[in-house]
Amino acid sequence: MKKGFRSFVILFVLVFLYAPILILILYSFTNATTIGAFRGFSLKNFVTLFTTPELRSMILGTIVLAVGAAFLATVLGTMGAIGAFYSSRRAGTLINSLNEVPVVNADVVTGFSVCILLVVVFGVSKDTYIPLVVGHVVLCAPFVYLSVTPKLKQMDSSIYEAALDLGATPARALRSIVIPQISSGIVSGFALAITLSLDDYFIATYTKPATFDTISTYVVNATKGSQTAIKTALWALSAVIFAVVVVIVTVVNIRGAKDAGKERAGV
Amino acid sequence: MRVLKFSRKSLGIPYAVFLVLFVALPLLVLLYYAFTNGQGQFTVSNFAGFFTDPNTLGTLCYSLAVAFVTTLVCLLLAYPAAYFLATSHMKRKQVLILLFIMPMWINFSLRITALKELLTLFEGNLARYPFMNAVIGMSYDFLPFMILPIYNTLSRLDISLIEAAKDLGANDVSAFLKVTLPLSVPGIVSGVSMVFLPAMTNYVVLDMLYNSTYIMGSLIGSYFSAYNWHGGSMIALILLAIIIAFTLLTRGMEDDNQRTVGGALL
Repeated sequence: MKKGFRSFVILFVLVFLYAPILILILYSFTNATTIGAFRGFSLKNFVTLFTTPELRSMILGTIVLAVGAAFLATVLGTMGAIGAFYSSRRAGTLINSLNEVPVVNADVVTGFSVCILLVVVFGVSKDTYIPLVVGHVVLCAPFVYLSVTPKLKQMDSSIYEAALDLGATPARALRSIVIPQISSGIVSGFALAITLSLDDYFIATYTKPATFDTISTYVVNATKGSQTAIKTALWALSAVIFAVVVVIVTVVNIRGAKDAGKERAGV
Repeated sequence: MRVLKFSRKSLGIPYAVFLVLFVALPLLVLLYYAFTNGQGQFTVSNFAGFFTDPNTLGTLCYSLAVAFVTTLVCLLLAYPAAYFLATSHMKRKQVLILLFIMPMWINFSLRITALKELLTLFEGNLARYPFMNAVIGMSYDFLPFMILPIYNTLSRLDISLIEAAKDLGANDVSAFLKVTLPLSVPGIVSGVSMVFLPAMTNYVVLDMLYNSTYIMGSLIGSYFSAYNWHGGSMIALILLAIIIAFTLLTRGMEDDNQRTVGGALL
């Protein structure tokens, strides 16, 4: 009885989380224009998705922006974390607190304030993509900082000292001793930065050029429009993204399980 | 040694400059715009305007109501799920946990589109239940952010404390109420702070579900569309004040590093 209730609760929440997206994916393989009216099997949504130039450039733009912003955020955030870790307590606290602001702040406020500063006060044109990239780095870098900092704290600092005693330059010691020890934090920070940028709507809305769209801004506008072919092509996009996420999660976790196994075996 | 220390510290300079330029400075600019008018003169009319206009006050109340009910719904769904996940000894537990996190990695606008299509199938006209749809949409969007911190706190709970309570005569219910629940407060607080504030501001969820009532975020959006930087800054500042108050209130009660957990699992 108790076990049954347990499974029911977990199943109920899973159905709530997955039913909409799975049903949408199912319908993306049909030629239906609304959910409920089941018609024949069709791949036309996928054809539209991959052949419409507007959709293709929107998807590509989102990916390029996410990778670019995540890369910048990872470099800045990692350097910041290392710098703050070795800084005086006061400087470290200052960086820590400023880093906390975009994390707790609402995205609407972050996007709006970056827009006002760059576009209204400094007169930077949105068409330069500078406000958009800056906005996304502001969004992502603090999370990279937060994933790297705990790794620095766990690091064995005596290895770094040993490297110096053995004649390594500080830069060399940093590269071959510190960075490898915090690399897992850097990688997960980078991954987190990519997902944050991909999921963002508000910062992009307030800082993007009028002619550029990310997946989020495009989808939000498309749901208000009446272009049925585009609307159902976006269902296909959900299917593609879902598949990509499942593959990445599976691969990463199988590899993670193997690594954990190796560690346990002492290899 | 002094030269060496300088080189490591100086690595932080670019990020410190970046934070000052693009995090601190924008907030000062918001403050300036919120308390000036179009001619650049000091004014409190934006501030007074917000707190005397019944429309904006109504918006504040509506967003608080949406955020409150959303947080409650998320908590009621997330706590039992997280509790059962944390206390179960299933073989494939890791897979289940990943299933709860995975929605975070699928674009929210596509997930809300999916929800909208499904709700339309059930309700016919979405405009008939605007408040309920807003709550369903927000809960659907933010539920994983409530489950994960609670699960993390519960799974690190020291089981022997519960066993001790039972040895000392507590039954299941009172052991839960007096031991498990108080010890899971940090996770609950983290979850609440990750759900409540976005639910006050994420107006796109309402837009996409054809709910035309404003929440706090929509006000910024409408001032932005009207190029009214002064009005928008005042709303942003009020939101910021709410966020700061919330953060100070929950400081020390939260679990550390909860916010990066979603990425760390990837």
